[in-house]
Amino acid sequence: MYRYDEIDRALVTQRVEQFRDQTRRYLAGELTEDEFRHLRLRNGLYQQRFAPMLRISVPYGLLESAQLRKMAHVVRKYDKGYGHFTTRQNIQLNWPKLEQVPDLLGELAEVQLHGIQACGNDTRNITADYLAGVAPDEHTDPRPYCELLRQYISLHPEFYWLPRKFKFAFTGATVDRAATRTNDVAVHLVRRPDGAIGYRFFVGGGLGRQPLLAQEMNPFVPESDLLRYACAVLRTFNRFGRRDNIHKARIKIVLREWGIERFRAAIEEEYAKINASVEGEELLLLPEDIERMRGYFTAPAYRPAAEAGADVAGLAARDAGFAAWVKRNVRAHKVPGYRVVFVSLKAPDHVAGDCTAEQFEALADICDAYSFGELRSTYDQNLVLADVAERDLYEVWRRLDAFKLATPNIGLVTDIVSCPGLDFCGLANAGSIGVAQDIYRRFDTLDAQYEIGAIRITISGCMNGCGHHSVGHIGILGVDKHGEEWYQVTLGGAPGNDAAIGERIGRALARDEIAEGVERLIHTYLELRCDEDETFIECYRRVGMAPFKARLYENESEAAAA
Amino acid sequence: MTATILRKGELAADDWTLVEDGRSDVGPLGGKVIVTLARWRSERESLTAAHAAVGVLVPNTADIEAVYPEIADRELIALQFPAFTDGRALSQAVVLRKRLSFRGELRAVGDVIRDLVFWLGRCGFDSIVPRSDQSLDACRSALDEIRVAYQAAADAHTPVWVRRRGRAAAAG
Repeated sequence: MYRYDEIDRALVTQRVEQFRDQTRRYLAGELTEDEFRHLRLRNGLYQQRFAPMLRISVPYGLLESAQLRKMAHVVRKYDKGYGHFTTRQNIQLNWPKLEQVPDLLGELAEVQLHGIQACGNDTRNITADYLAGVAPDEHTDPRPYCELLRQYISLHPEFYWLPRKFKFAFTGATVDRAATRTNDVAVHLVRRPDGAIGYRFFVGGGLGRQPLLAQEMNPFVPESDLLRYACAVLRTFNRFGRRDNIHKARIKIVLREWGIERFRAAIEEEYAKINASVEGEELLLLPEDIERMRGYFTAPAYRPAAEAGADVAGLAARDAGFAAWVKRNVRAHKVPGYRVVFVSLKAPDHVAGDCTAEQFEALADICDAYSFGELRSTYDQNLVLADVAERDLYEVWRRLDAFKLATPNIGLVTDIVSCPGLDFCGLANAGSIGVAQDIYRRFDTLDAQYEIGAIRITISGCMNGCGHHSVGHIGILGVDKHGEEWYQVTLGGAPGNDAAIGERIGRALARDEIAEGVERLIHTYLELRCDEDETFIECYRRVGMAPFKARLYENESEAAAA
Repeated sequence: MTATILRKGELAADDWTLVEDGRSDVGPLGGKVIVTLARWRSERESLTAAHAAVGVLVPNTADIEAVYPEIADRELIALQFPAFTDGRALSQAVVLRKRLSFRGELRAVGDVIRDLVFWLGRCGFDSIVPRSDQSLDACRSALDEIRVAYQAAADAHTPVWVRRRGRAAAAG
């Protein structure tokens, strides 16, 4: 885990004081509402329906126990006793009081947490593979590169007032678990046959209105040039991103309007100019810079397999609850004797992604005792204990279960991704949480969930798409029609290696139709699939939209469904 | 009355006059004037003949590298902030300073509020004209409201990855 030195500490501390003064001036009437809005957003503070929302950055999803204990403390002291994990691996608080936020940020700064650039038209928190460092399919740990880039883009004066938000995501594995191409920039670590490390850069992704996937810009940027290429992309965006229409201001629109050849040429030209200038010298990373950063992300002191390992199948045979959890929430680890444990934040009657103070504390204790003091947040609004010895699995399960953190549903129909929606969000047009819970209840039994198998249901309460509805196998988008909540359904989206934007199936469904509609879609799949191994998305890709559409709208005329 | 601005980190009387395109005159004869790029292109000779110095105001949509040969010898280049949230001129400034090695006075004009000043300073602006309702003293103190930086912009900071060379990773 990265450790702040005196430079990082000074930066975050001075930043808190800067924001404290801005808040004071706003409350004293010296800053207008609009001026303060841009300043507070750059410190993670949104204005929500009932209160400000504070988004806390979790760099590439990595947390440690001291931070979890601090979260427990701040959600009790400044909020209503819980926080919310987002699809970008961050934590949101829904009820802080504006005048207390500087103090809250001051407390977070004590444990390397902050809201810097968590919102606003700037470079946002970097996301990454939540299995970085432990995944069997990983060839290069992305975290040292994430941290180098995080520092480069933090409070970067040239890129602090961009046309629109700008997001980077990293992976160094075969499987893309970070939905990388839904971001403005996806960085895929690559290793050439000669062993040289580099970056495959994709640019121009983004969800929200007009969802697009990032396109390959450069197949191999040398390892030394991470910051040079990032600078070239950011400068191109700052210069050419549209500022006349907020809905057309993301870099994806520049790509779409210019076409990929012109867009790539502009970035490559800027990259070449940077490389040839004094800037290029400053931005060049030496092997020792990368090696030094790797030193923060070394493997923990794993015990030998003989000590850590256990007969997991044998243990599971004795307890059905444990067996179900092992089957769904425990995954392979690259080190023999160890497993990756998923912590489900999708318990029945629980808001997806929410985590209470008691759960934060329990997780701090559990990760201290069983996972080297660290925890990760995932793209799917769950958590991961990345380094659990097999022989500790039963105890970990027991302790997680005591805090409703062991629902065995990872990747299943009740593992629903959802934004906070109209219940909290000032941008939302429709509720998400209630819809998620209605769908959840329809498939509550484990047998039903296992029968359905792997499926991704994603719900956003508005076009901005925080719930990543565009890349759900079944995506649900809340819309407002004359003051009523309606839901548009898309099928066939996917966020990973098979990334695709879902297609709209037909007319929107009313609030009281949506759960039934999802059930019909899933029944259609169960009837159509070749066998139990064919997943929902595979089946959809084979048979296409038509049978799903026919079943969803079977009580209506074709015309009404069109 | 002479306006007061921030120059090289201090409050200073401004001896330049900004001449908008719509005006028929070209500012005080014999004085220092700033004209738009369009005007500079069309009236370069008469302007330099009539004034002690002529600075150029470049739109934030301009390709600063393409324009630079026409203005490289100017004492002053002014860049525009139509809104404090519009950061295009920040990139123009960094390119002017670091790639094109412009050493003259680099001025920020427009919707310059106190909370933009820090970022302007780091991007190489040494001449800042705050919006008329802004406190000049507050603007001056904003220049160093954050005194550490991770990266170098057009300022005196050394990138952290360079500063940390030779140090081991902190105990982790």
